[in-house]
Amino acid sequence: MAATKKAKKTEDSKPNAAPSVRAFDVEAIRNDFPILHQDIHGKPLVYLDNAATTQKPNAVIDAISRYYEHDNANVHRGVHELSTRATKAFEGARARIAKYIGAKEDAEIIFTRGTTEAINLVAFGLRAQLQPGDEILVTHMEHHSNIVPWQMAAQATGAKLVVAPIDDNGELAMDEFERLLTKRTKIVCVVHQSNSLGTINPVAEIVQKAHAVGALVLVDGAQALSHTKVDVRALDVDFYAMSAHKVYGPTGIGALYGKRALLEKLSPWQGGGDMILSVTFEKTVYNKLPYLFEAGTPDISGAVGFAAALDYVEQIGIDAIAAHEQDLLNYGTGKLSALPSLRLIGTARNKASILAFVHESVHAHDIGTILDREGVAIRTGHHCTQPVMARFSVPATARASLAMYNTRADIDRLVAALAKVDEVFGS
Amino acid sequence: MSDLRDLYQELILDHGKNPRNYKKLDSASHHAQGYNPLCGDQCEIFVKVSPEQKLEELCFQGKGCAISTSSASLLTQALKGKTIAEARALFERFHELITGTEAADAEGLGKLAVFSGVRDYPNRAKCATLAWHTLIAALDRKQDPVSTE
Repeated sequence: MAATKKAKKTEDSKPNAAPSVRAFDVEAIRNDFPILHQDIHGKPLVYLDNAATTQKPNAVIDAISRYYEHDNANVHRGVHELSTRATKAFEGARARIAKYIGAKEDAEIIFTRGTTEAINLVAFGLRAQLQPGDEILVTHMEHHSNIVPWQMAAQATGAKLVVAPIDDNGELAMDEFERLLTKRTKIVCVVHQSNSLGTINPVAEIVQKAHAVGALVLVDGAQALSHTKVDVRALDVDFYAMSAHKVYGPTGIGALYGKRALLEKLSPWQGGGDMILSVTFEKTVYNKLPYLFEAGTPDISGAVGFAAALDYVEQIGIDAIAAHEQDLLNYGTGKLSALPSLRLIGTARNKASILAFVHESVHAHDIGTILDREGVAIRTGHHCTQPVMARFSVPATARASLAMYNTRADIDRLVAALAKVDEVFGS
Repeated sequence: MSDLRDLYQELILDHGKNPRNYKKLDSASHHAQGYNPLCGDQCEIFVKVSPEQKLEELCFQGKGCAISTSSASLLTQALKGKTIAEARALFERFHELITGTEAADAEGLGKLAVFSGVRDYPNRAKCATLAWHTLIAALDRKQDPVSTE
């Protein structure tokens, strides 16, 4: 909320500014994120590790505090007022997420610990429907969390893991994908936006082609949710996995969206409280969706924070955020391309928020340390996508990843810090 | 800048860029692979141990940052001619140098003392010790790749 207020103030002081109170004001947004205003090693923090996790606005921090200060109790059980409020807050968060991504009904949202757990839930729950001869089609750009659960499912069922290749720009090779997509394909597992390359995959097209051969589609939406509009019904995806912490919410909470009919066919994967209607030693009757997949006391405050984060993003406007980030991406791509010692990894035509690169003579890990001393936080390593590193024949990359609160000045600081790399290494 | 120079000293930059004994050793009696799953760095160590339990020859191969590459390179030089027991003792002292809470005594470490700056960069300690963990795995004849985790 503060961002909008501040935006209005700024406009009042500038008579020529656009009249809309929703004008994208990055300084006002930055003021909503307390963590950004600190020095690291004596220099103002430039946070460019948003693909790993985003920072949290006051709106999220306050929503979580408020929940614990006023409403905390366990959900779905007590008759007392606090339990009613906690349940309302928790189920309200579910409804918020359902509405944000365009789910048909709230019960299609299953709370999980994050994207990884959401994918594991499906990969485990589908096992009873997989058999030898079936194929699971993943892409070469998947995060380990969208590879390993499927390897485990393949191992347990005799199904085969098939990998759709990517090209030198880091784009999915659609002709190869189509060739590998057959009647044997039971499920296609694809990332919406790659965390190590930035590539945005043509999810709607993939879904259409997969459905044509009778395959399901699970989309890893961990990165995409904070950078692009997600409408699960327009995309017609069968499952969509999300993490709150990548979209300005807290860690430890995420969600799985699934079409009701498909969720109902998954086997339950964790037994316990909340997922049952009745228990005797002879027989247990399971609860209905979504509780069937939510054994144990959930992360209630996390759900509240998740909903507050989506409120915040919606208030700023996802299209405005995407436009701002695209401008930064273009600016950064131009700046980094001009440095002869660097090579960008991930140059898809349709990409967002990721500037990954390698240096001709300095390892990414050393770049990360030197940048950190300049106050610039980036990620270095394989980014949980070792097959992508192998595809580009690099041991690791340095990755700057953008969020709505980043500025062109942040990119300039990144470039200046990269000059220090050459200074230290004499290259 | 000055503190970065404490980490990236000339000797480290030199061995990072031009690692010594960087090759496969066909006559190796001991051999192991090391791996840092956090950053994907790899290290393979080859050792020829004499009947007197001395490290006659040490070589390595791998991919890594300046810290891990130079550490492997300097290790192969520092341990040549040492006994297995001496090598293990030296690793303990080296580990203390880069992770200890108090300024460790660098005496007797020779060129390895150049890694004392790593102490101020705790998230780089694993880079500096990868080669050492791999060496110990080789001497212990561990079959599976050793990990820093």
